[in-house]
Amino acid sequence: MNMAEAQWQGVMPEHASGASSKLIVESVSKWFRTPRATVHALDSISMQVAAGEVVCLVGPSGCGKSTLLDIIAGLTKPDSGHVLADGHLVTGPGRQRLVVFQEPSLFPWLDVFGNVMFGLKLCPELTNDGRREIAHRFLGLVGLEKFERVHVHELSGGMKQRVALARALAADPQVLLMDEPFGALDAMTREHLYDDVQRIWRDAGKTIVFVTHNMREAVCLGDRVLLMSQAPGKIIQAFDIPLPRPRSIYDVELVGYAARIADALRGTVGGGVPE
Amino acid sequence: MRRIVVPSLFFMALLGIWGIAAGSGRWSPVLFPSPWSVAEYLWGALLDGTLVEAIFVTMKRLLAGYAIGLLIGLPLGLLTSSSQMLEDTIGALALGLQTLPSVCWVPLALLWFGQTEGAMLFVVVMGTVWSVIIATDHGARTIPPIYARAARTMGSQGLHLWTRVMLPASLPFLVSGMKQGWAFAWRSLMAAEIYVTILTGFGLGQLLHYGRELQAMDQVIGAMAMIVIIGSLADRILFSPWERFLHRRWGTNVE
Ligand SMILES: Nc1ncnc2c1ncn2[C@@H]1O[C@H](COP(=O)(O)OP(=O)(O)O)[C@@H](O)[C@H]1O
Ligand SMILES: [Mg+2]
Repeated sequence: MNMAEAQWQGVMPEHASGASSKLIVESVSKWFRTPRATVHALDSISMQVAAGEVVCLVGPSGCGKSTLLDIIAGLTKPDSGHVLADGHLVTGPGRQRLVVFQEPSLFPWLDVFGNVMFGLKLCPELTNDGRREIAHRFLGLVGLEKFERVHVHELSGGMKQRVALARALAADPQVLLMDEPFGALDAMTREHLYDDVQRIWRDAGKTIVFVTHNMREAVCLGDRVLLMSQAPGKIIQAFDIPLPRPRSIYDVELVGYAARIADALRGTVGGGVPE
Repeated sequence: MRRIVVPSLFFMALLGIWGIAAGSGRWSPVLFPSPWSVAEYLWGALLDGTLVEAIFVTMKRLLAGYAIGLLIGLPLGLLTSSSQMLEDTIGALALGLQTLPSVCWVPLALLWFGQTEGAMLFVVVMGTVWSVIIATDHGARTIPPIYARAARTMGSQGLHLWTRVMLPASLPFLVSGMKQGWAFAWRSLMAAEIYVTILTGFGLGQLLHYGRELQAMDQVIGAMAMIVIIGSLADRILFSPWERFLHRRWGTNVE
C-alpha cells in the first residue's frame, strides 16, 4: 500500500452506506483529450458492488465500459470522483483487483504454465512448491492440464482466454474485473465457458465486475446487471437477476430478462441520443 | 534439396562466367584476374598466416566497437522511446547522424585521434550507435501496452516490471536492433580499416587497401570475398539461433 492510500484510510470516515461494499465507485467522470477532439467518456458514474457479488456492466460499444474497468483497476486515473476498494482509495493497480482483458494479454515469452506462475510469483506469502501446485490445479480447473508446456501462440482463442482466466484466478484476487473476456470467441466455446465460469465462481466466491455488450451473457452471469448509455457513459438502469444458478443461456426466463434490458437500451438509444 | 541445388548451380555458373571472361584474354590479367588466381592467393595467404591474422585483428576491433555501440545505443533507444523530450532531442540527433555514411566519420577521426586504434574504434562506434538507437526506439514503441497493463494489475512494478516484462517483451526488437547494429559496425570497420593504415594490426580492410597499393588485384578480390563470407557467416551464427527461438515462441517471423 502506498502513502496516499494509507492517508485516506485514516482520514476517510467509514463510508456510511458502503460499509459492506467491496467496491465503491463515486461520481467518476473521465474525459479523453486528443489533438482533434475531447471525448467525454464517463459522466458521473456511481455504483457499489457487495463482497461476493457478480455485477455485469452492459452497454453499446464505445460507451466507456473498458474505461470504467480501467479506473476501478487503478490503471487509469479519473478526472473527478474516486474509487474505493475495501474503503481504501484506489491510486494505482494492485493485485487484489485483477483484470482479465478483452484482447489477448498472455506473455508470448512464457509457456502456458509460466504465464500462470507469473502472477503467483508476485504472491510473497506462497512457497515455490505451493505456487506450482496452485498453477497445476487452476490449469486443471479450466481443462488445460495437458497444455502446460505449450507456447501461447499455439493455443486457440478460447484456450488463451482459459489460460488468462486461470492466471487471474490462481493469484486469488479478492476482485476480478473482466472486460468482455469472451467477446472474441465463437458461440459454442462461449456457452461452454459460461458453465465453467459459474462453477468456478460459486466455488471461489469472488467479487466480480463483468463487462459485456451481450445481454444474455450479462443475465446468465450477473447477480445484478447495470445498463450504461451511449457516450458519455452513464448508468441508466439497474436490473436484479434473481434466477437460480447454475443458469443456462437458453433458459426462457433468462431470455425474457435479456429482452427487457435490450428494450430499455433501445429506448434510450432511439429516444434522446442520436447516432 | 532444391534449395541447395539451385543456388549451387547459380554460384557455379557465376564463377564459370568469370573464369571464361578472364580466360578470353580481352582484359589484362593484372586488372582482371581469374577465379583460380584469386583462390591461389587466398590459399597462400591462409598457409602463411596473413589471412588468419587479418581476420583475427578485424574481429577484435569489430567486437570492441560493436559492444560499445550496443552498450550506448540500447539504453539510449529505450530512453528515447519512453520520453517525448528525449525523443525530440537525442532521437532527432540519431535520426540525423544515421544518414551520415560511416566513412564520413573518418576524416574527423583521423584529425582527432591520428592513425590509431582509437580512430578506428571511434568510426565503428559512430557507425553503429545511431542505427541501434533508432531500431531499439522503434521496437520499444511497438511493444503492445497490454503486457505492462496486465503485469501491473498482477502487482508487478519497478524493477520487476522492467526485467520480467519489458525486457522479454522487447526481445524481438532487441535482436533486430542488434542485427542492424552488427551490419553497420561491419561496414564502418571496413571503411575505417581502409583509411586508417596503422601498424598495430593488419585487418581485412587493410589487406584490401594494400592490395590496391601493390596493384595486386588477386589480393583485392580475395579480401573482398573474405569480407562477404565473414559478414554473412557472422549473421547466420550470431543471429539465426535467436531468430529461430523467437519464431518458436512468438509464432511470428521476426524480421
Ligand atoms: N486512450 C484513449 N484516448 C482517447 N480516447 C479514448 C481512449 N480510450 C477510450 N477512448 C474513448 O472513450 C470512449 C469509451 O471507450 P471504451 O471505454 O473503450 O468503450 P467500451 O469499452 O464501452 O467500448 C470511446 O469513445 C473511446 O473512443
Ligand atoms: Mg471495451
